[in-house]
Amino acid sequence: MKVRGRAWKFGDDVDTDAIIPARYLNTSDPAILASHCMEDADPAFAGRVRIGDLIVGGRNFGCGSSREHAPVSIKAAGISCVIAHSFARIFYRNAFNMGLPILESPEAAESIQPGDEIEVDLGSGLIVNHSRQQTYPAQAIPPFMQELLQVGGLMPYVEKKTAAQVKGA
Amino acid sequence: MPMTISEKILAEHADREELRPDELIEARVDFALGNDITAPLAIEAFRQAGAKGVFDPERIALVPDHFTPNKDIASAIQAKLLRDFAGEHGIVNYFEVGRMGIEHALLPEQGLVLPGDVVIGADSHTCTYGALGAFATGVGSTDLAAVMMTGRIWFKVPASVKFIYRGKLRPWVGGKDLILHTIGRIGVDGARYRAMEFTGEVVDMLPMADRFTMSNMAIEAGAKVGIIAPDAVTEEYVKGRARRGYRFHQSDPDASYEAVYDWDVSGLEPVVAVPHLPSNVRGVSELSHITIDQVVIGSCTNGRLEDLRIAATILKGRKVSPNVRCIVIPATQRIYRQALREGLIEVFLDAEAAVSTPTCGPCLGGHMGILAPGERAVATTNRNFVGRMGHTGSEVYLSSPAVAAASAIAGHIAHPDAV
Repeated sequence: MKVRGRAWKFGDDVDTDAIIPARYLNTSDPAILASHCMEDADPAFAGRVRIGDLIVGGRNFGCGSSREHAPVSIKAAGISCVIAHSFARIFYRNAFNMGLPILESPEAAESIQPGDEIEVDLGSGLIVNHSRQQTYPAQAIPPFMQELLQVGGLMPYVEKKTAAQVKGA
Repeated sequence: MPMTISEKILAEHADREELRPDELIEARVDFALGNDITAPLAIEAFRQAGAKGVFDPERIALVPDHFTPNKDIASAIQAKLLRDFAGEHGIVNYFEVGRMGIEHALLPEQGLVLPGDVVIGADSHTCTYGALGAFATGVGSTDLAAVMMTGRIWFKVPASVKFIYRGKLRPWVGGKDLILHTIGRIGVDGARYRAMEFTGEVVDMLPMADRFTMSNMAIEAGAKVGIIAPDAVTEEYVKGRARRGYRFHQSDPDASYEAVYDWDVSGLEPVVAVPHLPSNVRGVSELSHITIDQVVIGSCTNGRLEDLRIAATILKGRKVSPNVRCIVIPATQRIYRQALREGLIEVFLDAEAAVSTPTCGPCLGGHMGILAPGERAVATTNRNFVGRMGHTGSEVYLSSPAVAAASAIAGHIAHPDAV
């Protein structure tokens, strides 16, 4: 499973209020949430992001609230993967549950610059920076998690597994 | 094998004799909760998964507290989802406006979350219940949906970090100052993925309200839980409220910790976290030049009766500065009523503060006190991120109720002794 796109770079401690401000949490519509994605960190982001682009953050990406709207808005905005030095724990769990691929790579977080063309192999964890001819290692995403991401998150994954069990029985 | 209190609670709920940090376990959940922001997504996931019923209608709470009383039509639609879902599944712990409170003040008050419990909440401040000696942690909506279906959840067992607070606190210094000081020392990811354990003679002397404040903000250091071993103070709080049995756990004296911080806090002055991170902590005396436009006294962090009493002690017979809006929000109806009985509400009104029905409202920039560009607030809340209470050009300074009340009078950040 590979993704490729341009990098949008953010700093340390990007909080969930910056990712999707609470004033928009009176809806859970992914399209509306996407239109306000990263608004309080970069108001131009939602208007300029292209499908397949990546977000690159620093330490503790996604700190703050437990709102699942944060990974929902990022995914619905078209972001194919978030790479960070490290992730806050609730965001980490929510991202996988929502089917948003994320990778921890201090090296990539440090080296990637805004606009760099990045390709990620989720299966091997290898991050390739085509703009700078660099590669950065990250932990591979295990096959079951890749499958979970491919079907769109935890609930579709559980649904699929349950259906398979019923068929098998 | 010696274990910490967190490990003991998780082991018991995973039917294990012992366990170690970083192990993946599946644990029984004693109680689960969601609010008007997070539960709608959980309900959607629950339905999407084709679930027929909840694991136990008495062990789930749905608390519409964030944008309630409904601030707009979209919020009303979300809140109605909770109400309808609660009705459909016989969820008895649905708390409508007029009976509700801010979830993390309400559930302990109602005896629904108890020592020894594993509690899962689709709200990051679920860690508040660690103050009761429970393993309580925030998750996303999808995880809540799975828990509502099965009553179980998987965890990675967190390593524990121990904080020992020694000495004797100075006047006006309390739980809020201790936790802000702690976050200031270790940083907003200083306890990421860890169980924080608050101990020492200072914690032993803290009333429950201050303990809740400390545990509440463990997430602001990235922690999974902020736990305090239950004692006589806990027992006094829990007895008469508990709706189920409960169990006190203690860490073994030889339990292993990833890190131990041992601090004498006798010299600590009241502190304030300045924009835009809870770890930007300064002594209040350094900040008296900061003029303010608004004060908020409330939230799941500091909206308890003890907090209102402290604020009233300072505001009694005084007036809020003509340049400041002061908004006081009792965290639950019971707190509101008791504040009324004790004359605290009258003190606030006499001081020309506004008093609101319970709501999370301004803390997350929802409603009931939004800031304009360039405006500054001192708030007893938990986050001072960019735009947290309103416009991205506004600022939030986090403090104790004592400093917030003093600042409301002074019109600038002030030490309680200075007014």
